[in-house]
Amino acid sequence: MSVNEQIDQIVKGNDVVLFMKGTPMFPQCGFSARATAILQQCGTKFHHVNVLADGEIREGVKAYSNWPTIPQLYVRGEFVGGSDIMMEMFQSGELQKKLAGG
Amino acid sequence: MFHASEIKRLIEAALPGAVAIINDDAGDGEHFSGDVTAPSFATLSLVQQHQAVYRALGRHMGTDIHALQLKTYTPDQWAKSPHAKNGA
Repeated sequence: MSVNEQIDQIVKGNDVVLFMKGTPMFPQCGFSARATAILQQCGTKFHHVNVLADGEIREGVKAYSNWPTIPQLYVRGEFVGGSDIMMEMFQSGELQKKLAGG
Repeated sequence: MFHASEIKRLIEAALPGAVAIINDDAGDGEHFSGDVTAPSFATLSLVQQHQAVYRALGRHMGTDIHALQLKTYTPDQWAKSPHAKNGA
């Protein structure tokens, strides 16, 4: 299976997926820590992928999403954005709606 | 090592009518933050707005530029934002 297919399977096989550096317990980057904190604040269960553990996924997800940085959030197969967009949508309440299925 | 002024130049060159305010927050030439206003953002989603800025920075984004904390605005949104009132 190609990296692209692998990523596709992860994104489509989980409702909420965060590609991040490190883990929710031990984020390895301030932006990934921020993304984790936002999702936790929303009370959302999410699947995380630690891109530091897999170089192919780390580069592959950037191409897959056409997005050059990590973290990246997917909700029900749709790319939502990085931590800046997550914060903006969290503050406006849009993120909570999207996570709830709205 | 990258300069905030170079990021500003690249974004404003790629996006017609754009105004970029870029700060080198950590002073390390790698971690930046910025506010970008462009008329073309009016028809783009938030993701597409950020992608347009990243496209302007090309291969630098995620390499020389480790991070760019980004906020995008249409001219209208910018005029209503607190930054504009502060004259920033």
